[in-house]
Amino acid sequence: MSLLSASAEAAPKGRLQLSGLPRLARRHPLVFIGGGLLALLIILALAAPLYASDPLNLYPFKRLQPLSAEMWLGSDNLGRDVFARTAFGARISLLVGLTSAASTVLTGLLVGIIAGYNRRFDSIAMRIMDGLMSIPTILLALALVSLTGAGIGILIVAITITHTPGTARLVRSVVLGVRERPYVEAALCGGARLPKVLWRHILPSTIPALMIQSANLCASAIMTEAGLSFLGVGVPPEIPSWGNMISSSRLYLPIAPWSVFAPGICLAVTVLAVNLLGDGLRDLFDPRATRRR
Amino acid sequence: MQMQKLAGNDVLLDVRDLETHFYGEESVTRALGGISFQVRSGETLGVVGESGCGKSVTALSILRLLPKLTARTVGGEIRFHGRDLLKLSPREMRQIRGNRIAMIFQEPMTSLNPVYTVGHQIAEAVQIHTKASRSDAMAKAREMLRLVRIADPERRVNNYPHEMSGGMRQRAMIAMALACSPELLIADEPTTALDVTIQAQILRLIVDLKEHTGTAVMFITHDLGVVAETCQRVIVMYAGRIAEQASVTDLFARPAHPYTQGLMRSVPDRRHGRQRRLPEIPGIVPSLREPIVGCSFAPRCPFAIGICREKTPTLRDIGPGHAAACFRAEEVMGG
Amino acid sequence: MALYVLRRLVSTIAVMAMVGIFIFLLLRLAPGDPAAIIAGDTATPEMIANIREKLGLNEPLPVQFAHWAHSILSGNLGISIFTGRPVLELISQRLEPTISLAILTMILSVTIGVTFGILAAWRAGGLVDRTLTALATLGFSVPVFVVGFFLIYFFAIRTRWLPVQGYQPIDHGFGPWLVQLILPTMTLALVYVALIARMTRASMLEVLSEDYMRTAAAKGVSSYSMLFHHALKNAGVPILTVIGLSFAYLISGVVITETVFNIPGVGRLVVDAINNRDYPVIQGVLILASGMYVLINLAVDLAYTLIDPRIRY
Repeated sequence: MSLLSASAEAAPKGRLQLSGLPRLARRHPLVFIGGGLLALLIILALAAPLYASDPLNLYPFKRLQPLSAEMWLGSDNLGRDVFARTAFGARISLLVGLTSAASTVLTGLLVGIIAGYNRRFDSIAMRIMDGLMSIPTILLALALVSLTGAGIGILIVAITITHTPGTARLVRSVVLGVRERPYVEAALCGGARLPKVLWRHILPSTIPALMIQSANLCASAIMTEAGLSFLGVGVPPEIPSWGNMISSSRLYLPIAPWSVFAPGICLAVTVLAVNLLGDGLRDLFDPRATRRR
Repeated sequence: MQMQKLAGNDVLLDVRDLETHFYGEESVTRALGGISFQVRSGETLGVVGESGCGKSVTALSILRLLPKLTARTVGGEIRFHGRDLLKLSPREMRQIRGNRIAMIFQEPMTSLNPVYTVGHQIAEAVQIHTKASRSDAMAKAREMLRLVRIADPERRVNNYPHEMSGGMRQRAMIAMALACSPELLIADEPTTALDVTIQAQILRLIVDLKEHTGTAVMFITHDLGVVAETCQRVIVMYAGRIAEQASVTDLFARPAHPYTQGLMRSVPDRRHGRQRRLPEIPGIVPSLREPIVGCSFAPRCPFAIGICREKTPTLRDIGPGHAAACFRAEEVMGG
Repeated sequence: MALYVLRRLVSTIAVMAMVGIFIFLLLRLAPGDPAAIIAGDTATPEMIANIREKLGLNEPLPVQFAHWAHSILSGNLGISIFTGRPVLELISQRLEPTISLAILTMILSVTIGVTFGILAAWRAGGLVDRTLTALATLGFSVPVFVVGFFLIYFFAIRTRWLPVQGYQPIDHGFGPWLVQLILPTMTLALVYVALIARMTRASMLEVLSEDYMRTAAAKGVSSYSMLFHHALKNAGVPILTVIGLSFAYLISGVVITETVFNIPGVGRLVVDAINNRDYPVIQGVLILASGMYVLINLAVDLAYTLIDPRIRY
């Protein structure tokens, strides 16, 4: 009898074997809830033209209307349909959130992997990252955006620049941990070229950490976009984004609270979905932390 | 000392049918399958067995220090001076811990709090259980450090654990455990993590202090040699049950359980040549997650016969103060 | 110890130099002529040339940087283009509300966050833990300004319990000052309570499973003393680290909170400066904020030694 066979025997038999989605829902409910909610929000955002009217339409005689059958979430100070604007606003938040997360992961991965493998680059890059990290995100993003004026493109660039240091540091620490592993050394000793080793052995080991980080980045990007738009330096004011909606309706909070709360709640729900997904992924990849829960 | 007079007569701790379970995500581990034993005032009782046999769980069950979420004592009694510890309120239990029953642990490197001085940690025990002032408690701490033969206690009392060696930390642990003159000291493998030379010193210290204070000691170890040097009576545990219980002399002269015999054969004998390869007990300790049918040692036992695989042997007397849980104990003892 | 402080100071200076270079380049390397950006859309070529001369933009970059760094190190953050006043003076006028808000937020979030974290770790997996963990996740997910408007709507507009917005200097009386700051502080603290509670919980859980906690229990130490003396002091270093690192978020949060509550602080100053393209002011605030962040984290590093005797530099 060996240790292995003993533990195999000890495993409970006849346990219900779930597979696919139900299994995911049972074992990692957060991934299921967060991911499902996010998927729903993406579908709703894409399908906005199918069920909502034009968010740019002005109805000057229907300003600050409360909730009604005609305008489900009422109208804002210019008589625009809050429901339609909120529905279309999801597109901006998700677009900025997902693209910024993707571009930050790419830059962070690039800087992190090279830093993990090249000492000279490492010392220079990490000093730059330290410096960037010392500048508060919003201030740096504000300064970057103010140079060129508001726009979705510059916003994504600004969010990417401000979020890269953390991601690069994360990737670097994973790479530093992995490169000493026997299988990596074995591959290198066996004559494998460095790029191939990076691609085959190092890159895959960064994936769990990067998936969790993507969720965090996406949440942070959505918040930063909304924050900058709220401050008036994010997305151009004519585009219906949740931050812009709150910014332009804030003076009417006492008489038309729906025009502030509708985008506000949507914003919170979206970020919550992404955060839940991130928490779920962390549990999925780090069972030690899960067991402690 | 008055304690010394009582030695051997008065039952201090009476454990009956103690059952402790551990709860995993999808399974229950029966870590203790109903064990009964007694500790008498002033005696040293050895508890021996391989890792995972339930020695430490027994100790933690007695002091009710098991991890709250994953383990529970589900049956039995632990009578201390006739009072069942399992029925005490948490507050009453706290007044027992460190005061009347103290414990020292295996890992001196991690068992002291790194952010407080050694003196502070000893004095804390004194202050919890007596009305001593801070300065009196610190004086007591210095006295205890001197008692456990730490050189320069005046200075050491202000040391942090990381400033001490492993042996010195274990001495400090002993000082802390004995600071309130407990009636029972549970020592859970106190020398396992130490260097061999230090091990002998710490053992000597525990034996000396025991004579000096009259404290009863429950000495948990996997090392039969240690048992022979320190204990009067021994319990051999296997798979969460007691396999054999005897005086040290009886156990070494006439081991009555095949498992005890196996353990003894795997102890290096200093008198015989060094060339001999130590026989080991074949097989591994069974999983306690599944109910065991028959004797838990049967799969590894050279004496096993049909009945061993069908019925669970209970602990039965086979001589004065000698009991074994084996159907063939007499034959085993005979040779 | 002295050597460590010295080494740490040197690396702090290196980081600040990096920040300096970055902020310097930010303006110079921006697409377009910085002088033209500063002058605005209606500027004449003479005005632009004038500004370029004033900012020394005609000289080579390293020379410009040397001048720039020299003047900043001598405490001169430049002159505001929009108001013509020294940047340092503009910032110091706005410092009181910002610092008041930051300090109150820190006090509130550390006390509540640490307490919640300890409670959650004490009965990990229990009802309190689940509730607090859920609330923390929620706290992370609601943007500062959304929290702010909810609080304003319910506690100021609907109930009229608290003022809607504005700020009262502390020399007008402690009471009015505090009343004005209640809602902004609650708004800003939410994220930090969540952050600190989460870190405290994780750190406490780690410590609670340590051998020395079992030793303490075996001595008869009470649950209260186990949590607040034996465990908390050991869990302190990661908690302190999070408090230091979250200072950067705090500054970001302050900018938005000041806008929501119309508080005339440094955050408002920088938002106004961006709308006015007042680059010297933006630059000055960036440098001061980063400097504060770096200094606070230096202080946190040094504070470790007070908590954990094993850390000796």
